Amino acid sequence: MLMSVGSLAAMGLALGSVLGVASRYLSVEADPIEAELLAMLPGSQCGQCGYVGCGQAAAALAKGEAPVTLCPPGGKATVEALAAKLGVKVDLSQVVDSGPQIAEVTEEICVGCCRCIKVCPTDAIIGAAKQIHNVIREACTGCSSCIDVCPTEALAMMPIPVTLQHWTWPKPASAQH
Amino acid sequence: MGFLDRFLKTPNWGVHPEDHKRPAADVPLRLFPSPERIFMPLHQHVGGAARPIVMVGQKVLKGQLIAQAQGNISAPIHASVSGTISAVGEVTAPHPSGLPFKAITIDSDGENRWIDSEPLADPFSAAPEEITKRTAAAGVVGLGGATFPAAPKFALGKRLKVTTLIVNGGECEPYLSSDDRIMRDYPEMVIDGARLVMHAIGATQALVGIENNKPEAIAAMRQAAAAFPEIKICPLPALYPMGSDRQLIKVLTGIEVPSDARAAETGVLVHNVSTCAAVHKAIRLGQPLVERIITINGGAIAAPGNLYAPLGTMISDLFAFVGLKEAPSRLILGGPMMGTPLLHDRIPIVKGASGILAFNAAEAFVPEAGPCIRCGNCTKACPMGLLPLEMAARIRVGDLEGAEKFELQDCISCGCCAYVCPSHIPLVQYFSHAKGELTAAERSKLRTEATKRLVEAKTARIEREEREKLEAAARRKAERDAAKAAAAKAATPVAEQTQGASA
Amino acid sequence: MRDFALMMIGAALVNNVILARFLGLCSFMGVTTRVDTAAGMGLATTFVITVSSMADWAVQHYLLDAYGLGFLRTVTFILVIASAVQFTEMTIKKVSPKLFQMLGIYLPLITTNCAVLGVALLLVEGKMGFMSSTMFAFASSVGYSLVMIIFAGLRERLALVQVPRLFAGPPIAFIVAGMLAMAFMGFSGIATS
Repeated sequence: MLMSVGSLAAMGLALGSVLGVASRYLSVEADPIEAELLAMLPGSQCGQCGYVGCGQAAAALAKGEAPVTLCPPGGKATVEALAAKLGVKVDLSQVVDSGPQIAEVTEEICVGCCRCIKVCPTDAIIGAAKQIHNVIREACTGCSSCIDVCPTEALAMMPIPVTLQHWTWPKPASAQH
Repeated sequence: MGFLDRFLKTPNWGVHPEDHKRPAADVPLRLFPSPERIFMPLHQHVGGAARPIVMVGQKVLKGQLIAQAQGNISAPIHASVSGTISAVGEVTAPHPSGLPFKAITIDSDGENRWIDSEPLADPFSAAPEEITKRTAAAGVVGLGGATFPAAPKFALGKRLKVTTLIVNGGECEPYLSSDDRIMRDYPEMVIDGARLVMHAIGATQALVGIENNKPEAIAAMRQAAAAFPEIKICPLPALYPMGSDRQLIKVLTGIEVPSDARAAETGVLVHNVSTCAAVHKAIRLGQPLVERIITINGGAIAAPGNLYAPLGTMISDLFAFVGLKEAPSRLILGGPMMGTPLLHDRIPIVKGASGILAFNAAEAFVPEAGPCIRCGNCTKACPMGLLPLEMAARIRVGDLEGAEKFELQDCISCGCCAYVCPSHIPLVQYFSHAKGELTAAERSKLRTEATKRLVEAKTARIEREEREKLEAAARRKAERDAAKAAAAKAATPVAEQTQGASA
Repeated sequence: MRDFALMMIGAALVNNVILARFLGLCSFMGVTTRVDTAAGMGLATTFVITVSSMADWAVQHYLLDAYGLGFLRTVTFILVIASAVQFTEMTIKKVSPKLFQMLGIYLPLITTNCAVLGVALLLVEGKMGFMSSTMFAFASSVGYSLVMIIFAGLRERLALVQVPRLFAGPPIAFIVAGMLAMAFMGFSGIATS
């Protein structure tokens, strides 16, 4: 009886100390994956995910606290990239991908208050006080942070119009099988 | 060339579709009467769209510049009839999506009056750059279907010291005969155009490749080229896709263009026969590219053949001219293998339109696709030596990167694989889909990077402004303090004295 | 020497851990969707099986047999295996974070991978010496890795083909696994004389 208890305790102690030493030498300081995740996010710091910015979102993703579907402006492509990196499976059909959207100014009701200019993370809105503002399509990331601050609801999110240059062939119908 | 050589030289790729070129190819060229109204698209070439320089209501003459080239790779657009500009608006593009693009509408006055032209008197004593410049000003683009502007290609050929010009008279697509017709009817124009291109790029020889299913064209071109030993007419085996530049170069010169290189880097440059004729017109006659020969063919056409029509003519006008036997089941711009399916016939013809096919129900029938049986026919047919079945299997399950590893980007979308597939799998659509998605992904990646730069710039700007604000505040405070100190100093003597007294 | 070679071939191919003894089926189905993941899992398991069997031999020989504590065998073996797995996990996390992410939950689950305990118990049953038991454990785990990689390769191909909807996914994977097991039965015909 004493022998069995003693031997088990001794084994546990020995193996535990080996692991303890190993954990000291093999400890991983920083999570190297965080930087990679950050590179995949749009970087517009729009805060739609609920975190302060893309850096914090990447940290949460690396810790496994946030779902890979957290980034609305990134769309399906970002979800796929994040899922592949983190090795998680994700049901893409659940991801609401409204397609890429950008902000658009309804010129008739814009009063030129400049509030949207201040919040735009990419300086995509141009204009001056009491002048009608406009959105530079190429620079707008579709973060929609300007929508809430507009006092006259002159800003709205619109899907990016499909042009000849952006159109792609759909997947063949027979592929759906 | 012995029998064995001939045997060994036969390429081991490609397909032999029934060519359906006759009887349309044998019908004499018909001149299409000037249409009442034409729609001149601003984007008929690869590269940047042209910028309109005319106003609504303005009178224009045939050949007058109506839109300028924009950017390095672009081409100007000229009026193809004389008349009045009635709109600068939108028209359905000859594109599978059926999306609109910008076009200038001209109401014809029916007179077809040409603008005064200034032909180059002696082009061979002129500088090669002069020919390139005039070709660019005439809006000449590759008429084989790629519509790459001709002038930048000349400049590239000149820069890379191209020695051989290959004149592409392959026209391997079934049904089409516009190149055949131009070689039969205007061989001198083609040969002269080829000589002009040779002069422009500094090439010493020209090889004209013509498929041997066009004996009349070969005979006519041989006769026209008889006086010029530097131009050689080379009959080619009739094999699809012989008219594709890489395949043509391989067969004619034995050079295989590497996957990551352009043809010009191997010392050859390919131009279509129609492009050569357009260069001839631009230089010798001073006429810009406003008309072309276009094949109207297919089972739904009453009188198939080739038409000489102004660009911007509605396809429906062309159909009215040749007559329709029945409502077409499918419309295609270009050939049946690589052409663009069109949704309707209210679409103008563009510079790259070599033919319009109107198929009847029997021709348009597409059998339902079955599963891949891994027979490997597609790999034997592929002229680029790819594995279509492996690529398609990966694209089907959404693994686009996997398909890319099988060199999807080298696919020329010739359609050989889909043609031979016993399961009728729409392989080319898989590849077009995947290429489009990959391009879109690449674009969004670039966009993300650009966004990052913008965000960083904004953050830096705000930090700078804060700092400047702080600095300004500090400066003001210092100034205020100094002023206060000065004021205090002025008032201190008394205080000091009192302090001194108290000490 | 000949006996060694025969024993190793027997352990790796004829009495394959997965396909003949049906041990470690959880990871066999779980981490064989991609070849590189399966290879990583195979490598990690090989390491764990070899190291833990060596330690288990020592424990069995010098502790359990010496003091008649045979009834503690399972507990002590699991203890040794768990420590080996912990050690492996730490190493992989340090050396290859990507592999660590890909193996995910299956890495700590090597602890409960019955192939590991199964091999250790087989060694006790066989009453082998240290050298031969280490060799046997190593050969068994190589057999395990081999089957994992082969099956992952098959499943990569399987993901591309059009399977009738009834069989798509795990069903066809199990059918293929059965065929693979039947193919491995062929190794039992290796003549030993």
